[in-house]
Amino acid sequence: MKKHLPVLTLGAVLLIGLALPLATGASPAGFYVEVLLGGLMAGVLYSLVALGFALIFKASGVFNFAQGAMVLFAALSVARLAEQMPLWVAILAGTVIMVVLAWLIERLVLRPLVNQEGVALLMATLGVTYFLDGFGQTVWGSDIYKIDLGIAKEPVMILDKIFQGGILVNKEDFVAALVAAALVAGLVLFFQKTATGRALRAVADDHQAAQSIGIPLNRIWVIVWSVAGFVALVAGVIWGSQLGVQFSLSQVALKALPVVILGGFTSIAGAIVGGLVIGVGEKMAEVFLGPILVKAFDLAGGGIENWFAYVLALLFLLVRPEGLFGEKNIDRV
Amino acid sequence: MKERAERVGEVILALDGVSLAFGGVKALSDVSFDVREHEVRAIIGPNGAGKSSMLNVINGVYHPQQGTIRYLGREYHDMDPHEVAVSGISRTFQNLALFKGMSVLDNIMSGRNLKMQSNILLQALRIGPALREEMEHRAVVERIIDFLEIQAYRKTQVGRLPYGLQKRVDLARALAMEPRILLLDEPMAGMNMEEKQDMCRFILDVNDQFGTTIVLIEHDMGVVMDISDRVVVLDYGKKIGDGTPDVVRANQAVIDAYLGVSH
Repeated sequence: MKKHLPVLTLGAVLLIGLALPLATGASPAGFYVEVLLGGLMAGVLYSLVALGFALIFKASGVFNFAQGAMVLFAALSVARLAEQMPLWVAILAGTVIMVVLAWLIERLVLRPLVNQEGVALLMATLGVTYFLDGFGQTVWGSDIYKIDLGIAKEPVMILDKIFQGGILVNKEDFVAALVAAALVAGLVLFFQKTATGRALRAVADDHQAAQSIGIPLNRIWVIVWSVAGFVALVAGVIWGSQLGVQFSLSQVALKALPVVILGGFTSIAGAIVGGLVIGVGEKMAEVFLGPILVKAFDLAGGGIENWFAYVLALLFLLVRPEGLFGEKNIDRV
Repeated sequence: MKERAERVGEVILALDGVSLAFGGVKALSDVSFDVREHEVRAIIGPNGAGKSSMLNVINGVYHPQQGTIRYLGREYHDMDPHEVAVSGISRTFQNLALFKGMSVLDNIMSGRNLKMQSNILLQALRIGPALREEMEHRAVVERIIDFLEIQAYRKTQVGRLPYGLQKRVDLARALAMEPRILLLDEPMAGMNMEEKQDMCRFILDVNDQFGTTIVLIEHDMGVVMDISDRVVVLDYGKKIGDGTPDVVRANQAVIDAYLGVSH
C-alpha cells in the first residue's frame, strides 16, 4: 500500500482536479460536458499517433522520434496531391508514399543499425525527423496548405434538452474522432486476431525466438513502420483539416510522446488510455485551471494546452516510470 | 532400442572442421560430426565446453570462421536463423525465449507462421481461405497440445506457468513447425526428477511418432545416455569423444573431462 502511495496521490489529485469545476459550480454542466467531449475527441487522435509510436517501440525497440515528422510529411503529401486529384485518390497515393517510406527506413536506417545501442537508433530517428521535415518542404513547399474533407466545420447544437444551453459540437471533429476510434479498434483486432498480428507480437516479445520459428524480422519491421506511417497519415489529414497543414503539425504530433510515457511504452491499451487522459487533461487545464492561474498570479494566461501534457508525463516519470500499463523492467544484477 | 536402430537413416547434417572464435577466444576448434535421419544425437560436455556455441552455429546465429556444414547434401553458408527455420530446423532455448505476453495457444500457433500462406488482408477480414487455413493450423496445434499434455493451459498467459510447463510450451512451439531436425538446448536444465522423466518421455515419443531427428545439448550426462543413439562430447571447444553411449562412457578422455584431472 505504502509503495503505491505516490501513484494513488497523483491519481486522486487528477480526479479531484477533474471533478472540481463541476462540484464547485464554477462551470455549468453543459459547458463541462462540452469541454470533456472536446478533450476526448482530441485525445483519440493522440491515441492513434501514440499507437503508431508504441507499435514501433514494441516491435523494433526503436524510440521513434520521427513520428511527428511522419505526420507532417503525410499531411503535406496529401494536401499537395489533393490539388491535382480527388481527395480519396490523394489519400491512397499518400498511403503508398508512406509504405515506400517505411520500406526505405527499414532498408537504409534500421537494417544497417540492427543490434546497435538504443541511443544510436534514437539518434538515427532524430536524423530521419529533420530529413523528413526538410525534404517535405523541398518536395511539397513550405506554405500553409489546406485539406478539405468536405464536412461542415460549423458547430452543431446537441443535447439541448438535457443541458441548459446545449452542447456545441463541431461535426468534423466528431467524424474525425469516430474515424480515429474505429482505426484504433481495427488495429487492436488486427494485432490480437490475425496471424500477422501474432507474428508482430512475437517479435515484440522476443526477437531471437521469433527468428528461430521463421518469422522474418525485416518484413515485420516494414509492416510495423507502414502501419505507423498510415496512422500518421490519418492523423495528419485530420489535423491538417482542423489546423491547416503547416510545420507546427509535427509538434502537435509529438504529443504522442507524453502519451506513451503516461501509458507505458510497450502497451497498446496504455497508448489508448494515455491519449484520452492527455486529451481531456489539457483541455480541462486550459479552460478551468488557466483562469485560476491568471487570477492568482496575475499572469497573461493561455498556452497551458501546450505544456500540460509534458508536465503530466514528467510527474508520471517521477512516481511511475513504467507508465500506467507498461512492464516493470527488473534487470538481473 | 533395436527397432530404433533400424530406423536410423542417412546422414542429413554433417559438420566438418568447424571453428568459431570470438576475438581471441576460441569457442570451437576443428569440430566434426554428423547427424543421421531419425536418430537422437546428443552433444554433451562440462560448462563452457562450447555446446551452446555448437547449437548456435547449426541454428545460424553464429557463422563459423572455418569449416563447412552440409544439410541434406547442400552446404550452407552464412544462413541466418530465419533461413535455417525455413529449411526445416527448429529449436528450443536453454533460458526460455517464449512470448511471455501471449497465451500458450498463441505461442504454439506462432510456430505455424512459416506454413501460413494467405495474405494479410484476408487474415484481417477472417474470410475464405484465411479462415480455413487458420482452422487447419489450429488442428495441428491441438494435436501437439494433446501430445504434450498441456490441454489445461491453452488460454493461460505463458509467463504465469511454472518453469517445467514453460519448457514444454517451448518444445510445442518448435514442434508446431513440423521440423525435420529439432535442436534442443538443455531441455532438462533446472527441472526436478519428475519433470526430467516427463521430458525424456516426450523427446523419445516425438522421435518415435513423428520421426523427427533430434539434436540435444545436455549438461546432465546420466539422462542423456539413456535416451541418445549417439553422443558427441566436447571439452574446451574440442571434440573428445563420439559414439554410442557405451563407447563414450568407456572413453578415458571423457571420464577425465567430467571428473576433472589436471590438464
